[in-house]
Amino acid sequence: MFLCIGTNMIEAHPVAATFLKNAVLNGAELIVVDPRKQPLVTFATLHVPINVGSDIAFLNGVMHVLITEELYDKEFVSSCCVGFEELKAKILEYPLERAGEITGVSEGMIRDVARRLAAADSCMLCYTLGITEHTCGKNNVMSTANLQMLLGNMGKECGGVNPLRGQNNVQGACDMGALPNVFPGYQAVINPDCRAKFEKAWGVSNLPDKNGLMIPQMMEGLKSGAVKAFYIFGENLANSEPDIAKVEEELSLAEFVVCQDIFPTETTRFADVIFPAAAWCEDDGTFTNSERRVSRVRKVSEPPGIARPNWWIFKELARRMGHEWQSDSSREIWDNEISVLAPNLMGVKYRRIEKDGLQWPCPDEDHPGTCFLHREGKFTCGLGQFNPVDWTPPAEVADEEYPFVLSTGRRLYQYHTRTQTGRADMDFLLPEETADISPADAVRLGIEHDELIRVRSRRGDVKVKAHVTEQVPPGMVWMAFHFRDACANWLTNPVFDPATQTAEYKACAVTVEKI
Amino acid sequence: MSHTMLQLNGMHVKFEPGQSILDVATNSGIEIPTLCYLKEAAPTGACRMCMVEVAGARSLVAACSTPAAEGMEIWTDSERVHRARKLNIELLLASGEHDCLVCEANGNCRLQDLAYKYGIIQVRFPRSFHPHQKEEENPFIIRDFSRCILCGRCVQACNEVMVNRAISYGYRGSHSKIVAGTDQSYFDSDCVFCGQCVQVCPVGALVERKSRYRGRTWELKKVRTTCPYCGVGCQLWLHVNDEGRIAKVTAVEDGAPNKGRLCVKGRFAYDFIYSEDRLTTPLIKEGEGFREASWDEALDLVATKFTEIKEKYGPDAIAGVSCARSINEDSYQMQKLFRSVIGTNNIDHCART
Ligand code: SF4
Ligand code: SF4
Repeated sequence: MFLCIGTNMIEAHPVAATFLKNAVLNGAELIVVDPRKQPLVTFATLHVPINVGSDIAFLNGVMHVLITEELYDKEFVSSCCVGFEELKAKILEYPLERAGEITGVSEGMIRDVARRLAAADSCMLCYTLGITEHTCGKNNVMSTANLQMLLGNMGKECGGVNPLRGQNNVQGACDMGALPNVFPGYQAVINPDCRAKFEKAWGVSNLPDKNGLMIPQMMEGLKSGAVKAFYIFGENLANSEPDIAKVEEELSLAEFVVCQDIFPTETTRFADVIFPAAAWCEDDGTFTNSERRVSRVRKVSEPPGIARPNWWIFKELARRMGHEWQSDSSREIWDNEISVLAPNLMGVKYRRIEKDGLQWPCPDEDHPGTCFLHREGKFTCGLGQFNPVDWTPPAEVADEEYPFVLSTGRRLYQYHTRTQTGRADMDFLLPEETADISPADAVRLGIEHDELIRVRSRRGDVKVKAHVTEQVPPGMVWMAFHFRDACANWLTNPVFDPATQTAEYKACAVTVEKI
Repeated sequence: MSHTMLQLNGMHVKFEPGQSILDVATNSGIEIPTLCYLKEAAPTGACRMCMVEVAGARSLVAACSTPAAEGMEIWTDSERVHRARKLNIELLLASGEHDCLVCEANGNCRLQDLAYKYGIIQVRFPRSFHPHQKEEENPFIIRDFSRCILCGRCVQACNEVMVNRAISYGYRGSHSKIVAGTDQSYFDSDCVFCGQCVQVCPVGALVERKSRYRGRTWELKKVRTTCPYCGVGCQLWLHVNDEGRIAKVTAVEDGAPNKGRLCVKGRFAYDFIYSEDRLTTPLIKEGEGFREASWDEALDLVATKFTEIKEKYGPDAIAGVSCARSINEDSYQMQKLFRSVIGTNNIDHCART
């Protein structure tokens, strides 16, 4: 059984979705929780169309049924988890009446979901950005974990909480410590032992001991003057961050901007220096996918002109700032540094991943890798901790002035800001952005399919073609951010989850106007 | 599991209940030729290539769809089997435009291989007329019905493996055709251009348009790599020609995690790297635009600027964003630069989007 919540897998992770569809054809049950009737719904036993941003109320409602009807996995909860009483107290604040009101789905449906989950031997919960891109993103994630622990669906091959990572190497960039609080292998920068370890390995002293800034804070820093120089490697922030007008203002305020990329983008316009980089296929290396599998990436041709590998550019900068680094290829960087310094990756060496990659944790060179975590209910931190959470609404909700909810996401035929797919004929399949609206709203506002309309938020407005579709419920507008013209990020709200600093791309208030 | 015995070309072999004759033969290292058989889908017996002789059976049986049974006596290579296969190949060759000289699948064609293996020099039947028009309107897939042998592998791949349900058998008799939707073009149908149908097509009826004229099969070298798009991390074969250019991409058949499957982006959106728009040299801002610079000049400028800013405002006045699309080694180097050289933890990436 699968519970998919906030994941448009068929479009965003198409091949992963094929395995899920195969399972459904073989009789697996699928519950899809999503405001939209997105493609996965075709395969669902049950579609639960909750209101945008009501995930916690829904999950708490489901847990309310599990607890009050005593349907949860008592053995797992008592032997593998702590904090049940606190969870129970919180959950009891979400009787079905309340959960139903917040989520907009019937009490019967919530009860039905709970009972189906309880009846299943195991259930795999999958989520994507529909869970994380909210001001309550972290709480959403904790709520999904609460549910799975309550059901005893942890540490099983077909269980667990499975986030599908958006970009090919988001997992890897985290593992490598491209995060303000951890060194490679999730070793905390505030921990003196970790610092000592890396000081020794890197031959330096006094590594910085406080957490750094996350992207939104960096952007704020550009405005406040706390951040003077900004080094942007391969990201098109001017299109991908919420509220483009604000982002561009911030970028223009930087004293010195370095961009490193394979193409000129909307962001490189703000650069003082642009470094041309080797692209995929022009360098050897590794990617780490959603399943924590480290796989090889191979070089087949030289970069154009005098473009160079990214690792070389960083190494050269270090040299010019007085630091000689030894490793002189991706393989040396991996085999001699990363896999020596990151405990979970110690067993992963280039020679071991010639064919299929290895999934971490892989602590030594005889280790076969780890296909799923928390085996037999053993969590990294000992017992599984319940973290009761309250529902909070999105920072901006529809009101009289801005009566529609705008939610955003990705479409199958393009990727992010189109720097790659826009140069690979994919425009043939998807040539422009649209604003997806429901037939009911279209009729009410007298809008025809393909008609040019205006969508406006408190941040800005775009002219965009209306795409009238049953996928979208009344009261919602759905858009992506693949195209510069009519990019949803002219409209989105730059508010962030306080803990993760993830932006609330999934909810803001807009108007839909006939032009 | 209970084992049972049967005879294969005179050898006694074990099998497990539920296995087909084809499974048993494959496990015993005996090759039975197939065209339509697709590992992940239910066997259909459509192509009749895997015919074998079973003692006591009146006619030949299809090995892919006949279950193995206790005591069966099977001959996979008898004279009778050979004759049937040859006839079958000849009929298929006569059924369309199998002119290998100009076919994109030349060298990568099961039918061609079988014709060679069974020594078909001449086709004794007239070529049958093919009324269906070729489809060449999209940039990714060419559908040439004159080369289609109606084996149905594409239909199975689309419906059973990828579950996109875009194509099926249409029309009847000599008008039979694999149709998308109600005989529409791929673009107008529910097709999502995953190209799985192309990957499983054993002949040249479905071919990648981007690979045309970029090299013959035997000139291409296969290099394994990982897809540059989403977090699934599909394993790809890059088919690279002698100029070092990718001629086409297919999935690594038994590779984890994708087991031979790809989506439209992994299979067809690889050629952005050849775009004219690529940055080819360091650039330094000048007035409203940029001027070209050498690596030395650009790198020195950045190193000097960073050092200046660090001295004047402290290391935390510098911040960096790494790339979640690039390789691990690049992110590692960037955070190392920020932490150990610049002296700040202001390093992040778009983990959250
Ligand atoms: S490209 Fe994919 S979806 Fe389209 S017909 Fe082929 S297998 Fe089906
Ligand atoms: S082929 Fe498609 S599903 Fe696979 S990694 Fe690439 S983009 Fe993702």
